[in-house]
Amino acid sequence: MTIRATVRAADHKGRADLADRLFVNGGQWSMLILLVLAVMLPLLAMLWRGLVGDPAQGGGLAAATELFGSANFRWLLGNSVTSALCVALIVVPLAYGFAYALQRTCVPGKGMWRGISLLPLLAPSMLPGIALIYLFGNQGVLREWIPGNIYGFWGIVLGQAIYTFPHALMVLLSALALADARLFDAASSMGASPWRAFRSITWPGSRQGVFAAACLVFTLCITDFGVPVVVGGDYQTLALEAYKAVLGQQQFGRGALIGLFLLVPALLSFAVDLWLRRRQRDALSGRAQPYHATPQRGRDASFLLLVVTICAVLLGVFGMAVYSSLVKFWPYDLSLSLHNYAFSELPGGWLAYRNSLALACACALFGSVLIFTGSYLLEKTRQTPLTQVLRLLCFIPMAVPGLVLGLGYVFFFNLPANPLHGLYGSLTLLVICTVAHFLTTAQMTAAAALRQLDGEFEAAALSLKVPLLRHFLRVTLPICLPALLDIVRYLFVSAMTTVSAVIFLYSPDTVLASVAVLNMDDAGNVGGAAAMSTLILLTSAGVSLLLAGASRGLLRRSQAWRGAPAH
Amino acid sequence: MATVDLQLRDIHKGFGAFKALDGVSLDVAAGELVCLLGPSGCGKTTLLRCIAGLEHQDRGQIYRSGRDVSAMPPQARDYGILFQSYALFPNLTVAQNVGYGLANQGRESMRARVGEMLDMVGLAGSAEKFPAQLSGGQQQRVALARALAPNPSLLLLDEPMSALDARVREHLCGELRNLQRQLGITTLMVTHNQDEAMLMADRIAVINRGRVEQYALPKTIYNAPASAFVAEFVGQGNWLPFEREGVRARVGGLSLHLEAPGTQTQGRLFCRPEAVLINPDAEQENQFSARMREMTFLGNRCRLRFELDELPGHALLAEIAPESMPQLRDDHIRVALPARSLQVFA
Repeated sequence: MTIRATVRAADHKGRADLADRLFVNGGQWSMLILLVLAVMLPLLAMLWRGLVGDPAQGGGLAAATELFGSANFRWLLGNSVTSALCVALIVVPLAYGFAYALQRTCVPGKGMWRGISLLPLLAPSMLPGIALIYLFGNQGVLREWIPGNIYGFWGIVLGQAIYTFPHALMVLLSALALADARLFDAASSMGASPWRAFRSITWPGSRQGVFAAACLVFTLCITDFGVPVVVGGDYQTLALEAYKAVLGQQQFGRGALIGLFLLVPALLSFAVDLWLRRRQRDALSGRAQPYHATPQRGRDASFLLLVVTICAVLLGVFGMAVYSSLVKFWPYDLSLSLHNYAFSELPGGWLAYRNSLALACACALFGSVLIFTGSYLLEKTRQTPLTQVLRLLCFIPMAVPGLVLGLGYVFFFNLPANPLHGLYGSLTLLVICTVAHFLTTAQMTAAAALRQLDGEFEAAALSLKVPLLRHFLRVTLPICLPALLDIVRYLFVSAMTTVSAVIFLYSPDTVLASVAVLNMDDAGNVGGAAAMSTLILLTSAGVSLLLAGASRGLLRRSQAWRGAPAH
Repeated sequence: MATVDLQLRDIHKGFGAFKALDGVSLDVAAGELVCLLGPSGCGKTTLLRCIAGLEHQDRGQIYRSGRDVSAMPPQARDYGILFQSYALFPNLTVAQNVGYGLANQGRESMRARVGEMLDMVGLAGSAEKFPAQLSGGQQQRVALARALAPNPSLLLLDEPMSALDARVREHLCGELRNLQRQLGITTLMVTHNQDEAMLMADRIAVINRGRVEQYALPKTIYNAPASAFVAEFVGQGNWLPFEREGVRARVGGLSLHLEAPGTQTQGRLFCRPEAVLINPDAEQENQFSARMREMTFLGNRCRLRFELDELPGHALLAEIAPESMPQLRDDHIRVALPARSLQVFA
C-alpha cells in the first residue's frame, strides 16, 4: 500500500518534471524558430538580394557601386540627413523642456499635458502631413503665415517633428524620472545656484537620454516615408526612394540596397546607445531618496508656458485634421458633413478599416501572450546559451526600421521556393511582421515587470512540486496583469497606425486603414485621407482609454494585496 | 546518533573562475538541526541550493536516506524551503499560500491540512488576509507553514531571520527551534549570524571559501576552534604573534607558558576575552603588567581594552562580570593569560 503510494507519488513527480521541461524547452525552441523565421531570415534575404541579387532589378555589387556613387543618391542622402538633423535639433530640446516640466517642476495638470503630448502616437505618420496641408497648403487657412510653399523641406521637418515628438518625450521622461534628492540637498546646502545644480547633477544624469532621444528621432526621420510622401513635394528622401523603387518600379535589388543603407544609422546609434548605457548603469544607487519638486512660481510659470504652447500646437494640428475631415468640400463649402467618411464608395474603404481592426486585435492578443510568455521563459529559467541567443534575437527588431523589415519580408516570403510563400499577402503575415516589428519594446516592458517579482517565486513553486505552467498562470500572470495590459495597448495602437513595414505586404484583400490613407492621399482624395486618419486616431484613443480604465480598475481591486497604493 | 538522513560527498560548484563550493562533505542525522555558518559569499547558500536542486553541482553526490538524488529535479527531492525573502505569493491569501503545494489532494483534506498548519504557527485568524497585511514575523510563519504543509522529510532555511528586527528575531529563533524538535524534521539552516547558529543548532558547519572549516557541536566550535578562521569568525578573541622556544612562546619581550605548544616554530596565539584574568592571584602564571585604555559597561558584563606594557600599541580585550571588576585607582592593572586558554594557530 505504502509502496504503491510512493511509486505513484514518484510517477506524479516525474510527470510534473516532464511537463515543466516541455513548457520551458518547448517554449524556448518555439521562440527560436519564430524569431529566426520572423526576424533573422527576412534580414538575411534582404542582404542577399541587395548584394548578389539580379542586376536587372538593380541588385548586385556592380549596381551597388553605381547606386552609391551616383549624384542622385548623394542628393537623396543629403536631403534625408539635413531634414532628419533639423528635426532632431528642434524636437530634442523641446521634448527635454517638456519632460523636465513634467518630472522636475510643479506645473499643474501634468496628466492632461502628458496625454495630449502622446497624441501623435495614436495616428499614422501621414496625419501631421495632411494637417499641415490644410493649415499651410495652397488652400490652407494659414497660407499667408509662411513664405513660399509648405511642400518640401519645411513640410517634412514640421510633420516629422510632430510625429517624432512623443517618441523623444518618452525617452527623456524616463531619463529624468529618477533623481536622488540628497544630491540636490547637498548642492543647495553648498550654495549652488539652481543653474549650477542643473549643470552638475541633472544634465550629467540625463545627457545619455538626450543622446538616445536624438538618435531615435534621427533614425525615425531618416526611415519614415509617411510624411515625405504627403508633404515632401519635390524634396525627395532616401526612404521615399526605397518605397518607390519597390512598389512603383519593381526594382527590388535597388530597394534592398537602400534598405541596407538605412540600417546603418540605426545600428550605429543603437550600438553607441548600448555602450553609453552600460557605462552609466550604476549612476543611481539603490538607496537614493526620490526627488520631489517644490513649487517655484517663476520656474513653474515659464515651464507651463512651454508645455501649453506645445500642447496647443499639437491640438491645433490634430484638431485641424479632424475638422478638415468633416468639411464638405474644402475650401469652397465649409459646412460640416460625414461626406468624407463614405468609404463604402471607395474600393476597399471599410474593408481597410476592418482589416486594420482585425490586425490590431490579433497583434494585441497573440503578440502579448507570446511576448509575455516568452519573456517569462527568458527571465525566470536557468540561463543557457539558448536563452542568450533568444535575448539577442529579441533585441534586433529595435535596431531595424520598419521600412527595412518590410523589405526583408518581401524578399523572404515572396521567394517562390519558400514553403511559407503562401503566407505572402495574407493577414497572418501582416500580424507576424507587425508583432516582430514592435517586439523589443513590448518584450522590455514584460521583462521589467517580471524582474520586479521575487526571484525565489519559481524556486518556491518547484519545492512545492507545483508545475511551472500552473505557477505562471496562477501567480505570475495575475501580478503582472497591468504590464500585460500595457503591452496589449502598445501592440494594438502600433498595429493600428503602422505603415512602414506593412506597406510592402498587403494584398487587395488585406489592405489596411493606414495604407488606405496613403492611397487616398496619392489619388488626391485628401479629405478621405484625413477622415481615415481621424478614424484611426479615434480607435486608438478609444482602445487606449478603455485599457487604461481596465488597468485602473484592476489596480483598485487588487489594492489589498499590492500593498502600496496604485499610482 | 540516529540514522544519517542527508549525506553530501565532495560537492564542487564553480561560477566561471570563482569556486563557490570546493569539496564539501557533510552528514546530517535524521531529526537534527544543522547550521551552515559563514561570511557572505562563502558558498553556504549555494550549498543549500544544490541540496534543493535549484543549482546543479559540478561534481559530487547528494544522498537522501541512502538514495542518490544528485541528478534529480527539485520536484523529486521532497523538501520544504524557507527563503530569505519568504517568497510569499502576494496575490494569494494566507490560506491559498499554505495550500499552494497541496493541489493534488482533495479539496477537503487540503482545507483540513491548511487549518492544521495555520493552527500550528498560530495564525488561524489570518487565513483570509494577504501577505502584505501581515508583519514580517507573521509572514515568516506563513512561509514556514507553506513549506511544511506537504509534509516534507527535510526542511531548508535560507537566512530565515535576516529580514526581522533583533527583538523579534530571538523570539522566533526559539519558536522555530521548538517546532523543529516537535516535528522531528531534519533541518538545514543557512546563516551568517553566529548567535542564531549557537541558539538553534545541534551542530554547526563553519564554511569559508567553499570549504567546511569545522563541523562540530556549538560548544566545541566556540571553545576549540579548528582553525584560525573559525576562531576569528565565531566570537571575539585576542591574537598575539609568537615564536616558539620549547614549551614556551616568545611574544615581543614576553615569555608565555603553553599547555599545548604544537609543532609550529612561529604563528599566532589565540585567547578568548573572558579567559583573561584581571588582577589575579600572585601565583597565577603568564602574568604581566598592563595599562587599561578603555572600559565599557555592557550590562551583564564589562569589556576592558588594555595594552601589555611590553607590547605597546597592540590592543587586547578582556571580559569580566561587573561585580568582579576590581576597584582601580589608576589605569595600571595586572593581567594573566592562563596557559590552558591559549591556542596556537599558524
